[in-house]
Amino acid sequence: MRRFVPLAITFIVGTVLILSVFIPPAQDLNRTFTLYFDIIAVFAFFLGGGNLLRVHINKLRMKKRDWQFSIVTLSGFLIMLAAGLFKIGNPGDIATAVDAEGSMFQTVFNYVLNPLQSTMYSLLAFFVASASYRAFRAKNREATLLLIAAFIILLGRTPFGLMLTGWIPESFSILQVPNLAMWIMNSPNLAGQRAIIIGIGLGVISMSLRLILGVERSYLGDDNA
Amino acid sequence: MKRSSYIVLGVVSAIFVLSWVMKSMSLSEVDDSIMQGFLLTVSAFLTLSIFSFLYKDNPFYKFAEHLFVGVSAAFWMCQGFWSTLVGNLIPRVSESLSGFFMVPYQPGSFNFHYWIPVILGLLLLMRLAPKGGWLSRWPLAFIVGTTAGLNFIKYLRSDFIDQVSSTFVPLLGDETNKWTGVGDFFSNLSLSADSQFVALLANWVIFVGVFSGLVYFFFSKEHKGVFGVGSRVGIWILMITFGASFGYTVMGRISLLVGRLTFLFRDWLGLIS
Repeated sequence: MRRFVPLAITFIVGTVLILSVFIPPAQDLNRTFTLYFDIIAVFAFFLGGGNLLRVHINKLRMKKRDWQFSIVTLSGFLIMLAAGLFKIGNPGDIATAVDAEGSMFQTVFNYVLNPLQSTMYSLLAFFVASASYRAFRAKNREATLLLIAAFIILLGRTPFGLMLTGWIPESFSILQVPNLAMWIMNSPNLAGQRAIIIGIGLGVISMSLRLILGVERSYLGDDNA
Repeated sequence: MKRSSYIVLGVVSAIFVLSWVMKSMSLSEVDDSIMQGFLLTVSAFLTLSIFSFLYKDNPFYKFAEHLFVGVSAAFWMCQGFWSTLVGNLIPRVSESLSGFFMVPYQPGSFNFHYWIPVILGLLLLMRLAPKGGWLSRWPLAFIVGTTAGLNFIKYLRSDFIDQVSSTFVPLLGDETNKWTGVGDFFSNLSLSADSQFVALLANWVIFVGVFSGLVYFFFSKEHKGVFGVGSRVGIWILMITFGASFGYTVMGRISLLVGRLTFLFRDWLGLIS
C-alpha cells in the first residue's frame, strides 16, 4: 500500500499524459493536469512555510546557535504573510491584485525583498571574479579557448570593445570585438549549447521513462518515513 | 555579546537614524516623506548588510539573510494563494467563495474533479504530522508522474527533434546568401560581419560543432582515431561555450551590481544625478 499506490499513481498519470498527445479529444488533459500540478504546488509552498515555522520555532525553543536570527526569519515571514493574505493597505477591494501599487505587500517587495534578492545575486559577481582569477590560467589549449571566449564576450558587451577595434575597416568588420562576440554567441556557443541541450533532452526522456515504469523509486524515500 | 559588538551596533543604529532623518528632509516635497525616507534607508541598510559579507560573515549579513528567507517564503505562498487557489481553483469549485473573493464563478457539470488536487494537496501537508507522513507520497507521486509525462513529450519535441532538425543548416548558401558558384564566392570573399563567407562559416561551425559535441558525450566507444579527433573538436567547442556562458553570466551579475550601486549612490546618497 505504502509503495504500490504512489507507483501506480505515477504510472497512470505519466502514461495518460503521454497517450493524450496522440488522442485529440484527450489533449485538454494536459491543461487540466497542469492546473492540478499548480494547485498541489501551492500546497507545497504551504508545506514549505509550515516547515520553516517548525524549524525556527524549534530553534527558538531549544535556544540553538544563532537562535536570535530565527526571530528575524519568523517576523519577516509572518509580516509578509499577513500583508499578502489580508491585502493590508491595498487600494480598493478584495478583487484588487495582491501586488497592487501602494499595498503593503508591494512595498515590502520593493524595499525589502527586491534589494535583498538583487544584492545577493550581484554578490556573485565578486565571487565569480575571484574564482576566475584562480581558474583562468591558460594552462592548456582548452583552458586558453575558454579564457579567450570569455574575454571576447566580456569585452564585446562594453563600449570599450568598440573603442578598441572600431578602426577595423568594414571589409573585416567580423574582427571588431562586438561583432566577434555576437558571432561567438550565435555560432560556436550555439553549437555547444545545442549538443548539451540534446544530451539533457535524452537524459530527461530516459529519466521520465524510468519514473513512469517504476524503475526509479528514490523519490519515495525511506519505507519507515 | 562583546563590548565591541555593542559599539558597532550603536554606531550602525546612529547612522541608520541619521540617514532616515536626512533622507526624509531631502524628500520633504514628496507626500509621506518620513515613510519614504525610512523605506529607502531600510533598503540601503539591507543592501550594505549583504555586501558586508565580502569582508566576512557577520551578524548584519546573517540578519539580512534570515530576513530574506522568511520574506521570500511568505511572498511565494501569497502569490500561489491568490493566483492559483483564488484565481483558478475557487471559481471552478465554489460559488459562495467566488462571491467572497469577487472572482467570476465558472460553473461546469464536471468541475467536482478539481477537488482531487485539493485532497492531494492536503495529503501533502500530512508530512508535517507526526504520523501518516507516508500519505504525502501520493501527491508527490502525482507531481512526479505529471512532470515525467509532460517533460517526456516536451523535451522530445523541443530539446531533441527541434534541436536536431535546426542543426541541418545549408552549408553552401542560404535564404539570404544564395550560392551562385565558386567564382562568385571567391570574388566576393570578405570578412564583413554580414558577408556570405561569415554566414557560411557560422553554419559549418554549428553543424560540425553539434556533431563533434555529441561525439564527445558518447561514452560507449573509446575516444581514439577519427572518433578521438571528433571528440577533441567537441571539447574545444564546449570550452568556447563555457567561456561564452561564463562571460555572459558575469555581465548579468555586473549589471545587477551596477543597479545596486546606482541605488546606493543616486537614490540613497544622492551623489549622482
